Amino acid sequence: MSELSDLYQEVILDHNKNPRNFRDIADADKTADGKNPLCGDALRVYVSLENDKVKDVAFKGSGCAISKASASMMTQVIKGKSKQEIEVLFDEFHKMVTGELDIESDENNLGKLKIFAGVLEFPARVKCASLSWHTLHAALNDEQEISTE
Amino acid sequence: MKAVKEMSSFDVEKIRKDFPVLSQTVNGKPLRYLDNAASSQVPNLVIERGAEYLKKEHSNVHRGVHYLSQKATTEYEAAREKVRKFINAKEAKECIFVRGCTEGVNLVANAYGRKFINEGDEIILSQMEHHSNIVPWQMIAEERGAKIRVIPMNEAGELIIDEYENMLNERTKMVAVAHISNSLGTINPLKSMIETAHKFGVPVCVDGAQAVPHIRVDVQDLDADFYVFSGHKMFAPTGSGVCYGKREWLEKMDSYQGGGSMIYTVTFEKTTYAPIPEKFEAGTPAIAPSIGLGAAIDYLNSIDLDAAFAHEHELLEYATEKLSKIEGVKLIGTAKEKASVISFTLENVHPHDIGTILDQEGIAIRAGHHCAQPVMQFYDVPATARASLAFYNTKEDVDVLCDSIQKVIDVFA
Repeated sequence: MSELSDLYQEVILDHNKNPRNFRDIADADKTADGKNPLCGDALRVYVSLENDKVKDVAFKGSGCAISKASASMMTQVIKGKSKQEIEVLFDEFHKMVTGELDIESDENNLGKLKIFAGVLEFPARVKCASLSWHTLHAALNDEQEISTE
Repeated sequence: MKAVKEMSSFDVEKIRKDFPVLSQTVNGKPLRYLDNAASSQVPNLVIERGAEYLKKEHSNVHRGVHYLSQKATTEYEAAREKVRKFINAKEAKECIFVRGCTEGVNLVANAYGRKFINEGDEIILSQMEHHSNIVPWQMIAEERGAKIRVIPMNEAGELIIDEYENMLNERTKMVAVAHISNSLGTINPLKSMIETAHKFGVPVCVDGAQAVPHIRVDVQDLDADFYVFSGHKMFAPTGSGVCYGKREWLEKMDSYQGGGSMIYTVTFEKTTYAPIPEKFEAGTPAIAPSIGLGAAIDYLNSIDLDAAFAHEHELLEYATEKLSKIEGVKLIGTAKEKASVISFTLENVHPHDIGTILDQEGIAIRAGHHCAQPVMQFYDVPATARASLAFYNTKEDVDVLCDSIQKVIDVFA
């Protein structure tokens, strides 16, 4: 069960239970919908920008613990960051959950997002962890809808 | 007393030895395979028959004069006869080999639809259909300018038959309905539904994918016009399946795919077509999987199938009772007539998380929408967890499932 407890760590369970920034933003500058048709996860990401930096970010929708916790922590981490900084994080996060980036030996900016490295042992769950990031990426690039299948 | 006696003739441990996949461990735990509605496991008899065919008998069918081609043809046609007997079709030629239930529905939707469905006509489906018995009909409805109507269901997951009867009219050209729902386990009252449709002269296409491995099917008794199923849900390899159709319909319908085998003569000016079943079997068919399907039927005939089904039904009742006692578990689909499928949700836990944690305990279940999104919409859930049984499952499988669900609850407490 050790891999399982790597996946369902306290922090993740807490974000699942009490997701942060779990609301909508009525006058958001950017929104996008993300769907994983395989499991039915669906979420919408809202972003407000100021001087090219994220002033506010929020999400709504339904999903598993991994996708909800990932979205919740993402909103915490990217607040105040520029589009460029977010692109770097998006790339690193993607590489972490697909095994292309080793959080111990490779330099990175992931900080507390490293908690999602455990998902690597559960290939079926990689898309759950990355759904919110793909949706954010779509919103910032003016795509309205993405699907991870 | 009679039921007890029947049960005793069924030795599940002996049956399990016929399925080599079941004896392995997964994540260090004995495998508990409860995803039979997605795909069932294959017994030694089928595995060995496939190997023997590939080692000694393989060639193309209906083509050569040489020994192997004739041998392959004989075996392929023998499998067709086994199918006929298994579903009690009047003739083997009414049993078309397809690559699975989905291809079978597409065959009927296209070949029947292009001939008989016109603008303003109606096709009746039900709320509980699998996507494979929805989308092909939507596609043909769009092409022909027809309309889809949907038989509603109640909270238990039973079709509302009065509404169905009111829906039938002179514009109805097809009723396409599942025998057993893959997401709810409901057994639909097919025989009377078909009888009603026939009063309006409307044919019925049955998605039998979930029925053939769980209950006796007699297409003549049902009076089904089309009855479609997959091999891989009834202990045969993937790539096998059957589209049964009454001769009178199959002969009136034009071919669906063109190619080799399905022709009588070809010139660039005009092609004439082979009689049934070749008319609907364009190209080299899935010979090995179809022979494997025949072997799966041999296997089912070799065991006490009624006792096997009785064992499975007893397990379903045992699991239903035990699961419903776990606080937080909600069963989705509680029809009076049910088979082999237990869909459920757990308060505050997404089915995907249930699936991952159960997998760590060696338990294989399905988590998701089960290719039946309209069912999920009806119950207003994004997904469900689904345990689905076969006769090789045991009470111990169910006990481990229930204990592990308790673990899931503890993780998310």
